Amino acid sequence: MATVDLNDVRKVYAGGVEAVKGVSIAIPDKQLCVLVGPSGCGKSTLLRMIAGLETISSGTIAIDGKIVNAIGPTERDIAMVFQNYALYPHMKVYDNMAYGLRNRGTPKAEIDSRVRSTAKVLELSGLLDRRPRELSGGQRQRVAMGRAIVRNPKVFLFDEPLSNLDAKLRGQMRVEIKSLQRRLGVTSVYVTHDQLEAMTLADMLVVMNAGLVEQTGAPLDIYEKPASTFVASFIGAPPMNLLSLSTGSSATELERKLLGLAPPGGRAATLGFRPEDAELVADAEDRSGALMLPATVEAVEPVGAESFLHCSAAGNRIVIRVGGRTTAKPGDKLRITATAEKLHWFDQGGRRLDSASPSF
Amino acid sequence: MIGQSPLRILIAHAALILGILIVAFPIYYTFVASTQTLQTILKPPLPLLPGDQFWNNYSEALFGGVGRIGGVSVGRLLLNTTVMALGVAVGKIFISILSAYAIVFFRFPLRMTFFWLIFITLMLPVEVRILPTYKVMVDLGMIDTYAGLIVPLIASATATLLFRQFFMTIPGELVEAARVDGAGPWRFFFDILLPLSRTNIAALFVILFIYGWTQYLWPLLVTNSNDMNTIVIALKKMVSFADADTQWHLVMVTAMLAIVPPILVVVLMQRWFVRGLVESEK
Repeated sequence: MATVDLNDVRKVYAGGVEAVKGVSIAIPDKQLCVLVGPSGCGKSTLLRMIAGLETISSGTIAIDGKIVNAIGPTERDIAMVFQNYALYPHMKVYDNMAYGLRNRGTPKAEIDSRVRSTAKVLELSGLLDRRPRELSGGQRQRVAMGRAIVRNPKVFLFDEPLSNLDAKLRGQMRVEIKSLQRRLGVTSVYVTHDQLEAMTLADMLVVMNAGLVEQTGAPLDIYEKPASTFVASFIGAPPMNLLSLSTGSSATELERKLLGLAPPGGRAATLGFRPEDAELVADAEDRSGALMLPATVEAVEPVGAESFLHCSAAGNRIVIRVGGRTTAKPGDKLRITATAEKLHWFDQGGRRLDSASPSF
Repeated sequence: MIGQSPLRILIAHAALILGILIVAFPIYYTFVASTQTLQTILKPPLPLLPGDQFWNNYSEALFGGVGRIGGVSVGRLLLNTTVMALGVAVGKIFISILSAYAIVFFRFPLRMTFFWLIFITLMLPVEVRILPTYKVMVDLGMIDTYAGLIVPLIASATATLLFRQFFMTIPGELVEAARVDGAGPWRFFFDILLPLSRTNIAALFVILFIYGWTQYLWPLLVTNSNDMNTIVIALKKMVSFADADTQWHLVMVTAMLAIVPPILVVVLMQRWFVRGLVESEK
């Protein structure tokens, strides 16, 4: 139905604070794009600029190829789902959903059929005469979605829509949003600070930090090849283990050994590996070409299907995941290994070093 | 915690009943007096039970008053006062909800200046600015008109501030949702803001109606003709009627009639806004 193209978009507030510092994203038709990042990274501001609720300081935003910088939210043909639902408290569910259509002068009969069919899709048919306060959180969320869907807009915008729901309901709604978006095939932009939500929902994931895009790509690509230490520590739970390496004469033997594994063509400053990519080796064997790291267990977190061991190793705190149950207990000395292809290397500025790609 | 022992309940009820007696007795006594003949009232002590002159007194006050206070019937006085009280209440609400709307939801130059100007007028009650206001009314030829009674009392910093405070509690998301839904400023005002404000409007209406009903100084100044008197002014004139004995029994009847409309407004609107309060509870 529509593409969304952001070209060097900036937002400078009146006080001189630069919330968004030049973001370019091209969202293909029918894709669900998730903007993820810590609070204050500019993701919500960016979404609100796409909605037309914030002015654009410089750069352009185009919906369906048409630049919308100067157009108000009504004419952009977008629908937005808000964090606190923003349902009209004095209107019945039916009127909440019909309101946008009425303002656009849609004929009564069409409004009625669209509201009722949308309500059916969202299983709200029995609730059309209720008021928002008579609904549970999940139902309100559904009405907010219904209000967006019924308009049949070019783009859906979601502003942390699940953050007010409890964990169980959140998981359930996440699946629903995803399947609904697939079915309707409407281009969507979804803002969240929850990396799990971001990973599971996104066709296209945009990781933002401090007003800039850190990395754009498919969720698993980003997971497997984080472009920076920020992305590496933000995506994935528990986050990637990052060991800082010092170079030069003062480096310890361990660190020099680790550096020997680094890809050529860059001065590696940080080594990372995912908790699930580490293995425990009981014996003193040395695997060549692999990371070998002595570690001391400090805490054990059994989750059931897996356990997380919090360890200290070479002056860093790391977490490793072991399947099933573990007999390890605090104080145990372990040896951790990870094969070379599972290691991630980052330079002084936190950028990824890849043997495949030239260093920068 | 408040206990539920019979003694405590007894004490609580006794205190409440005493309070009610203190408040209600003067009104009851006025009612008693309004059902006696003038002779009975003038010869103390006044009985504690209603007399037998109810129909006589009330029909005389309502229908036989011509010639009594400058040829104006109680009905006319009640009409004048109702027009004034309604005008003041509706006008105040209308003006203040619009100004609060402008101040809260629009960004325009000198917005805060206007807000402070409105705020400062709180320090200038009618009594302080009464002479210039009177002069303006005279120049505009608004003496002895309903407009003259109503317009100068309409501007209300208090109501504007109350609406402003309420509007500030409306979440920004709701405003934005309405914008995305294609509601312009007027639609937002009528479809969203006004319905959400109805409990505030109801509460303010009650307060402002009674404020308008009990105005004394301004109606006294701005009306010369007896035709345009409000009931409060008329009562005063009846008591100090220069060339005849005060018709106390009729004064009492008029006083009783004067408190009926405010009571009606309170009783009817109270039910309305209590329901509203319960409804808007989250």
